[in-house]
Amino acid sequence: MSGYTAHFKVWRGDVKGGDLEDFKVEVNDGEVVLDIIHRLQATQAPDLAVRWNCKAGKCGSCSAEINGRPRLMCMTRMSVFTQDETITVTPLRAFPVVRDLVTNVGFNYQKAREVPAFVPPPDLGPGEYRMMQEDVDRSQEFRKCIECFLCQDTCHVVRDHEENKTAFAGPRFLMRVAELDMHPLDAAEESGLDRKKTAQDEHGLGYCNITKCCTEVCPEGIKITDNALIPLKERAVDRKYDPLVWLGSKIRRRSS
Amino acid sequence: MSVVDRQEWDVVVVGAGGAGLRAAIEARERGARTAVICKSLFGKAHTVMAEGGIAASMGNANSNDNWQVHFRDTMRGGKFLNQWRMAELHAQEAPDRVWELETWGALFDRTKDGRISQRNFGGHEYPRLAHVGDRTGLELIRTLQQKIVSLQQEDHKETGDYESRLKVYQECTVTRVLKDGSRVSGVFAYDRETGRFFVLEAPAVVIATGGIGKSFKVTSNSWEYTGDGHALALLAGAPLLNMEFVQFHPTGMVWPPSVKGILVTESVRGDGGVLRNSEGKRFMFEYIPDVFKEKYAQSEEEGDRWYEDPDNNRRPPELLPRDEVARAINSEVKAGRGSPHGGVFLDVSTRMPAEVIRRRLPSMYHQFKELADVDITAEPMEVGPTCHYVMGGIAVESDTAAARGVPGLFAAGEVAGGMHGSNRLGGNSLSDLLVFGRRAGWHAAEYATGLAADRPPVDEGQVDAAAAEALRPFSAEGAEPAVGPPENPYTLHQELQQAMNDLVGIIRREGEMEQALEKLADLRVRARRAGVEGHRQFNPGWHLALDLRNMLLVSECVARAALERTESRGGHTREDHPAMDREWRRINLLCQLTDPTGGLAATDPVRGQIDLTRETTDPIRADLLALFDKEELVKYLAEEELYE
Repeated sequence: MSGYTAHFKVWRGDVKGGDLEDFKVEVNDGEVVLDIIHRLQATQAPDLAVRWNCKAGKCGSCSAEINGRPRLMCMTRMSVFTQDETITVTPLRAFPVVRDLVTNVGFNYQKAREVPAFVPPPDLGPGEYRMMQEDVDRSQEFRKCIECFLCQDTCHVVRDHEENKTAFAGPRFLMRVAELDMHPLDAAEESGLDRKKTAQDEHGLGYCNITKCCTEVCPEGIKITDNALIPLKERAVDRKYDPLVWLGSKIRRRSS
Repeated sequence: MSVVDRQEWDVVVVGAGGAGLRAAIEARERGARTAVICKSLFGKAHTVMAEGGIAASMGNANSNDNWQVHFRDTMRGGKFLNQWRMAELHAQEAPDRVWELETWGALFDRTKDGRISQRNFGGHEYPRLAHVGDRTGLELIRTLQQKIVSLQQEDHKETGDYESRLKVYQECTVTRVLKDGSRVSGVFAYDRETGRFFVLEAPAVVIATGGIGKSFKVTSNSWEYTGDGHALALLAGAPLLNMEFVQFHPTGMVWPPSVKGILVTESVRGDGGVLRNSEGKRFMFEYIPDVFKEKYAQSEEEGDRWYEDPDNNRRPPELLPRDEVARAINSEVKAGRGSPHGGVFLDVSTRMPAEVIRRRLPSMYHQFKELADVDITAEPMEVGPTCHYVMGGIAVESDTAAARGVPGLFAAGEVAGGMHGSNRLGGNSLSDLLVFGRRAGWHAAEYATGLAADRPPVDEGQVDAAAAEALRPFSAEGAEPAVGPPENPYTLHQELQQAMNDLVGIIRREGEMEQALEKLADLRVRARRAGVEGHRQFNPGWHLALDLRNMLLVSECVARAALERTESRGGHTREDHPAMDREWRRINLLCQLTDPTGGLAATDPVRGQIDLTRETTDPIRADLLALFDKEELVKYLAEEELYE
């Protein structure tokens, strides 16, 4: 594949509304969708608003929906599309539009604040921490999260249900609760904080019905549902009956 | 005008990467009301791209390690031009800064006995880099971000407001540091989302904006790296130090073109990867410079044994400091022994089992698979040099991180100069951010508190002037009809990147740098006509037009300093002066704005905007010199210095 002209439809507008705009744009060997958006900025639409940073799939800034699927623009190669395919790029649907492809992701920062922080063990000073690799593996998987918020965008609990946003932290922040809960040195429990209970009571774990959409869109390949949410549900069950835990354990058994 | 929104803080930190966040945490913990202001979303700063690790002599992997050895490696890496007191503080304090991250919830990879694992890296004598696979920067930034949130939670508990003592203004850009006489009085900024202007009044400002890579065409840096902090300091009257030293990381991706420059972590070599040319030869053995001859393996067999038995063998030359490796790759390509896309081969596939590669280098495996269709467990990568880091930066006091000559201005991280001398070792960046981020936050808080009621007021005139400057691109058309039509900021940026890459890049020549200065003068005049379409709300064309001022200022500093220094040292290689000159070791080059009032003399193309002065460095303290063998010092120090 060398240079050709592609047909793009890019959503342009702001909080007052907007529409898809058609572009014909050059595509070269090895390019990704973000390269094409940059070419549009440089040659046809200098004020086209888009967030991006690292262009290497590490910062999670350039999230958008490409042909309806939540993806990172910098990690979506043009070669996955046919040359005559129209490529539609729209902003994340679950968050309010600011302008063009930029949305207000403040919801996520608000939820981040609501998860109580790591509680250091009182009897250990800096440099005295000892943890085995196998004990940190699980939480490390969750800390691979680049906060692109694609999971938050795709999760049907909030995607078309603005009303659920108050009660539901979303997969990313439920996973954060799981990460801290599985952190080998987190002393929350000793300090009187029950993370499992807060997951259930304050962060809306019960809303999750493990459809695994979050796992599917995760660009880091984190098994959000299987490794974070379901185990968290299982541990929360001691305190509260949740029919989905039962279902979850069945599904998990079947797939493994 | 002047109906600009104003808020009052004790300390304002510009930049939310590792250094900025660490500074903010420190300032807030010392009681200063602190604001952080950053161009991207909170948690997206360029620090997330750091891969290899944090250098700190904890001695977990080899108990012979200590701060003196780390100091020695850092000075060697920087070819002795480092501000030695910074290198000393850095080596001494790095372990505490890493351990502290654990108490904030960071999860590093572990040794068998449960301590923090440490890996080998270029120029470090012992395995020294605390790491999390190859995503250490992400762990660092997330940990600091979460620490900030935890402080905000404490404040919320006490005051009912998360942002009462520590607030992050995300997606905002600072365009001017405001002053009252010589003292800092605040910053002028705009909100990228709305385009609205605002002023943060504060007696202390910490600049932590990172680097300048976006002035070069092939770079590992993100869009934010437009030299904002360097330019803000210059415009506020502070000098920049040794701007000629720019690090070209030896291993960036070279194909496909759209990802050219993206980093391939040094851990690939630290963990056993080797460099080969098109003839299949491990060419680095041909490129060991004299100063390093005794410290590196002379044969492939010895180099290979070193990974298992480092006490009885010397390290392979793939792990020389970055400047040496980058120059070697450049020479091989030039000699016609490059790879198909103009790089060389970096191979792990024949060195480790596929499963080990995927575990130790997950991001690299992912990156090549997704972006280049290359399976690094089965075939070699193609790599070549990419603009990665600027050693030069704001001249600061070593202990306090205070910028010289401007009371209330502080700088930490990549934007500060001196720490790394002429070349930075891998892994020393993340530790630098933590050590000097903390020091900057500490001294900024102390300075602000010490002023009590004697706070410098914000001058209305400066606010109006800053607003007019920021709005200029909207009225470019017709403003000066005699001089030409409005310019496209994207085109100007591309021309700047091409010029810096071609004329002030990895290998430099006098004539080309003079040409670069002329080109910069031309761009400077045209940039005054940079025009934008649309309105102020989230308008990337406008943002770029404003960033151009900074890139042009900084590029001029790099070109002028590079032209002046007639030797080759670290990240500055002159084809016409290929040797390192001991006399130059004692010389720092300082860049300052020609117009002391902070105005830009853009209309004079020849003279430019920057004055260059020479300064003699402080002699290295005797007890620190005593850490080296006399025979080694002879290679670096001038005769007179050796006598003292």
